[in-house]
Amino acid sequence: MKFLTEYRDAALVKQLLDQISKSVTQTWTIMEVCGGQTHSLVKNGLLSMLPENVQMIHGPGCPVCVTPLNLIDKAIHLAEKSNVILCSFGDMLRVPGSKKSLLQIKAEGADVRILYSPLEAVDLAIKNPEKEVIFFAVGFETTAPANALSVLHAYEKQVGNFSILTSHVLVPPAMEAVMNDPNSNIKAFLAAGHVCTIMGIDEYYPLVNKYKIPIVVTGFEPVDLLQGILMCVQQLEKGEYKLENQYSRVVKSQGNLRARNAIDKVFKIENREWRGIGNIPHSGYEIKEKYHAHNANLKFNIKIDKVSECKDCIAGLVLKGIKKPQQCSQFGTNCTPETPLGAPMVSSEGACAAYYHFHQANNDLVSIS
Amino acid sequence: MNEAKLKMQLSCPMPKLDFDIITLGHGSGGLLTNRLLDSGVFNLFKNEYLDKRHDGAFVNLEGPSAFTTDSFVISPIFFPDSNIGELAVNGTVNDLAMCGAIPQYLSLSFIIEEGLSMEEFWKILVAIKFASEKAEIQIVTGDTKVVERGKGDKIFINTTGIGKIHPKANIDLSRVEIGDKIIVSDNLATHGIAIMSVREGLEFETDILSDTRNLNHNVSALLDEFGDEIHLLRDPTRGGLATVLTEIARDAKLGIDIFQEQIPIEEQVAGACELLGLDPLYVANEGIFISIVNPEIADNYLQKLHSLEGSTHASIIGEIVKEHTGQVVLTSSIGGKRVVNMLVGEQLPRIC
Repeated sequence: MKFLTEYRDAALVKQLLDQISKSVTQTWTIMEVCGGQTHSLVKNGLLSMLPENVQMIHGPGCPVCVTPLNLIDKAIHLAEKSNVILCSFGDMLRVPGSKKSLLQIKAEGADVRILYSPLEAVDLAIKNPEKEVIFFAVGFETTAPANALSVLHAYEKQVGNFSILTSHVLVPPAMEAVMNDPNSNIKAFLAAGHVCTIMGIDEYYPLVNKYKIPIVVTGFEPVDLLQGILMCVQQLEKGEYKLENQYSRVVKSQGNLRARNAIDKVFKIENREWRGIGNIPHSGYEIKEKYHAHNANLKFNIKIDKVSECKDCIAGLVLKGIKKPQQCSQFGTNCTPETPLGAPMVSSEGACAAYYHFHQANNDLVSIS
Repeated sequence: MNEAKLKMQLSCPMPKLDFDIITLGHGSGGLLTNRLLDSGVFNLFKNEYLDKRHDGAFVNLEGPSAFTTDSFVISPIFFPDSNIGELAVNGTVNDLAMCGAIPQYLSLSFIIEEGLSMEEFWKILVAIKFASEKAEIQIVTGDTKVVERGKGDKIFINTTGIGKIHPKANIDLSRVEIGDKIIVSDNLATHGIAIMSVREGLEFETDILSDTRNLNHNVSALLDEFGDEIHLLRDPTRGGLATVLTEIARDAKLGIDIFQEQIPIEEQVAGACELLGLDPLYVANEGIFISIVNPEIADNYLQKLHSLEGSTHASIIGEIVKEHTGQVVLTSSIGGKRVVNMLVGEQLPRIC
């Protein structure tokens, strides 16, 4: 697996860890924005290797964690209709809505399918003209181009029975929301490499300047992550704040123009609710009027009573890095991966699930569920 | 395809029949059932036990025996280089082998969804014949039921097996001790990824083949040589290596350390896992087993495994430790540590 093994090289990892240890003179709190980065930090055991005064905070970049309860309820409501095939990415299925999860209603007989690409859902719609095929379009800027393409395909081929239920969220406004919180203690960000692969890096310059904070666009392999952390630490120690690109082998400054073009054609930016965090201005994508026929939200006129989140769940504070999961009164007692009260305990990228196992392992190791 | 499998297929052509799909009538117990069984099961698996055509089999059990059952509900029923039939025999044969038993008798029950083509059923029967002959287990009794369309998924198979405990075997969880070495017999995750590659909606091009195979001959050879120095044997089927090891750690109330560097996995399989967002530690296996053995014999044991068919990539992946009781701790290839847990449910691909 060339291009992967080089970034998992044990000697290089050790060298980078040494450099980080030598560079750091005080405690720094760094947020890795993307859930994929959290997953990799845990999977590779990196959290157990970093010096104690480099504290990693798991950010809100877990699409499963920030999808609002109300929207999951909508997806469930749609999937329960007899003429609907509801398609979704895999890890969305286990996330609990207010009463049930998609996995539960699948067991009860609903036609819920796991797909790897929304384009497969368009094919499914063509093959099943008597059914309504709905794709639960969850994710950040990374999954937006494929979702946009599925809408464009359906529009061009006049596939009237295909629509998407969008819950697209954007990374920069979320980082801004984290910084605007007066309790935030974040001193630097590892920006999400895959998101920047699509969108480029230009939109991060204003954040760097406004909040005077280092942002390093970072990849996902151990060497990537450690390099990103080292670049943050070096800036912090020097009192600098600038935008750097660790992941330049993949991320170009203008991003992927074809992908951005597809997004621009189909989506417009609007305010969006984030689970646990609340409404963030200009933080999500909604389908443009031209493609309303493929907007499940409008097509099915879904009316669901809004259910408030479990009052005891502090997912929002965890997602913003203000509280650690184990500071929650429900942690490990009423809230476990088998009986999650909030999404961060469900997803394999979720901070609470990771810390749940950390807690089990006598506070010195972290696990992914 | 495996040469022996191909030979078996060619030597067992499907008989000419006046029906080409299986219908509800074939499970009624009447004339149609008899025609199906005469043309298929009795014809292919002919032996002294089945020839009696009684309600059950008359068998001799000699001394301590092992007894196990398993149901096979896999989708799709045909997958690279194998099918549900071979899996149904190997699954039960291997469960017996993991008890330290020499497989002797097998029961075979089909639940068929009406509409299954006779051609598909025949292929499954031939695979069963191939696997049972290879494992040297006798099919002594069975049953066939047909359910309405929509009430099944083409075909479900249940097999139950009985085996005689190997005279030198002394396999029990209570024998697992601190310091014991953990040895995996071959590459991980091959079967699960072969199945994924042909599953509807996920198809991808690969030449990864299922690793399903009978393990009993290899286990017998190891027991002949190492006897009670082998403390525990397990096959990491559903839930993969991670699940089996966490069960052992939990039930034996001991810790387990494993090392990612030492875990054998074929590059193509590792690549597919990366692409699909799956952790190979949790992917199903059908043709490998884990041995927990006295550390003093571990190197010889490994050498022996390397000399046997189907275990050329065997590797010592870890050991039993007194720390972190009840938990499996993995040292990653870069030297970091993390806890390996049991899956909460099915392993689901991640979004990004």
